[in-house]
Amino acid sequence: MQTAPAKLVFRHPLTIRVCHWINVVALTALLMSGLQIFNAHPELDLGRTSDFGHSFFEIGATGETPDQGYVRLLGRRIDTTGVLGVSDLDGQPTERAFPAWITLPAPQDLATGRRWHFLFAWILLANGLVYLGFGLATGALRRRLIPTGAELSGIGGSIREHLRLHFPSGEAATRYNVIQKLTYLAVVLGLLPLQLLAGLAMSPGFDAVAPWLPEAFGGRQSARTVHFAIAWTLVLFVAVHVAMVVLSGPFNNLRGMITGWFAVEPARKEPP
Amino acid sequence: MIARPIGRRRFLLGGLGLTGALALGGCGRLSASRAQQAALQAGEDATEFVQRLLLRPQPLAREFAAADISRVFKPNGSIDPDDAAYKALAADKFAGYRLKIGGLVETPFEISLDELRALPSRTQITRHDCVEGWSCIGEWTGVPLALLLQRAQLKPQARYVVLRCFDSLESGGLDANPPRYYESVDLIDAFHPQTILAYAMNGATLPVQHGAPLRLRVERQLGYKMAKYVKSIEVVDSFAGIDGGRGGYWEDQGYDWYAGL
Repeated sequence: MQTAPAKLVFRHPLTIRVCHWINVVALTALLMSGLQIFNAHPELDLGRTSDFGHSFFEIGATGETPDQGYVRLLGRRIDTTGVLGVSDLDGQPTERAFPAWITLPAPQDLATGRRWHFLFAWILLANGLVYLGFGLATGALRRRLIPTGAELSGIGGSIREHLRLHFPSGEAATRYNVIQKLTYLAVVLGLLPLQLLAGLAMSPGFDAVAPWLPEAFGGRQSARTVHFAIAWTLVLFVAVHVAMVVLSGPFNNLRGMITGWFAVEPARKEPP
Repeated sequence: MIARPIGRRRFLLGGLGLTGALALGGCGRLSASRAQQAALQAGEDATEFVQRLLLRPQPLAREFAAADISRVFKPNGSIDPDDAAYKALAADKFAGYRLKIGGLVETPFEISLDELRALPSRTQITRHDCVEGWSCIGEWTGVPLALLLQRAQLKPQARYVVLRCFDSLESGGLDANPPRYYESVDLIDAFHPQTILAYAMNGATLPVQHGAPLRLRVERQLGYKMAKYVKSIEVVDSFAGIDGGRGGYWEDQGYDWYAGL
């Protein structure tokens, strides 16, 4: 049994904390407005063009009485009435792919959804550039996110500890562990830039500037599918991230990302 | 050529609005305040400003091969204008059709479809992107809009080219005289080599459902900019006084005037 008190360490610089919370707002707005935009054509295709009614993925409604919502994936239909395809809007069953509670704005309104989406895309981009600029200028990016060789070779043990929900203590808790580092790196330098490019590949104006971009994804409709898939991968990342925050001490983690100060338990003598 | 100016003041107001909108974000439902509108407008302005900067060398939109043409090209918006004058012209295969070009030009003129077909033409196989998210590839043949504007000779104060159409997306029938579809492009897009008034599609006369006798192609923007059933062209210095004042039918419903994203 350890009896020594926890020690507060300064863990997150102000710039990173501000960027983090701007990200929370921007990614939420981008997801909700993105689903609003998706609702205007709730099908996904591969290639350059659309294959109306024969897409590999569709959220639709039967139009019968009573109306039923469904998801069709590779020819298989699953009844999703109430959530996808048909859902309540002001108490009325309404045909719409994603329900009102998850779209911005809530009612079907493509024009406003687009304006929110592009506004927050600019905000996310500006925020990302500040984050990367700060990280590169101060060395924080390397210190915080690039794993050391020793960390990489010890990844097996880190995975085992994670699966048993044992989180680091002592000096090791003052920095991200190797799984965190690799995950954050994949999001920051992989998924988010790729998401931006997939979004830009759908822009007819930007495609005239960079005709190779939609082709690199396999065509504009493929880029749209990739954009949709990455959005849900980011949702999965956030779900696991929040679960980890809760499991490893929500109060301490939140204080760390709000004030910068993080309590570190004294090191355990040996893994319990 | 002149881009639509984006005032520094509007940018600043947008920045303030943005701060306000973010502050409100946590309070549940966002109010439709003036600040919020200014923030959304700042986003649109930023997009237009950056894309115009990148598009300054006037690159062409990608052109595809005949094998890439979509088997089904989705007709969208109006597919058969409910307009007496249009129906009469269509019944006679548009033999009596005259495109009128006027407004801020030195020499306004009218031109028939046969005369248009005799002018130098451009054929391009391009991807059509609807604001809803879908895409189709089609081949378009038509007269470069630049040719017609050069012939009309723009006055110095000319800034936008407004296309007025036969069709309407409002219900209410002919007697109600609903507002007709219209669109506008600035001179950067009007003089772009791929901006054409198409009279043929996929090697055949342009079908009614795709905008016969003439539809605009603005290949670096979204489908709603590409007005179908073009009746006349008017060169203006501002579209503020036309219908909803935002430069097009869908723009008046809240869609962006600059549709490059």
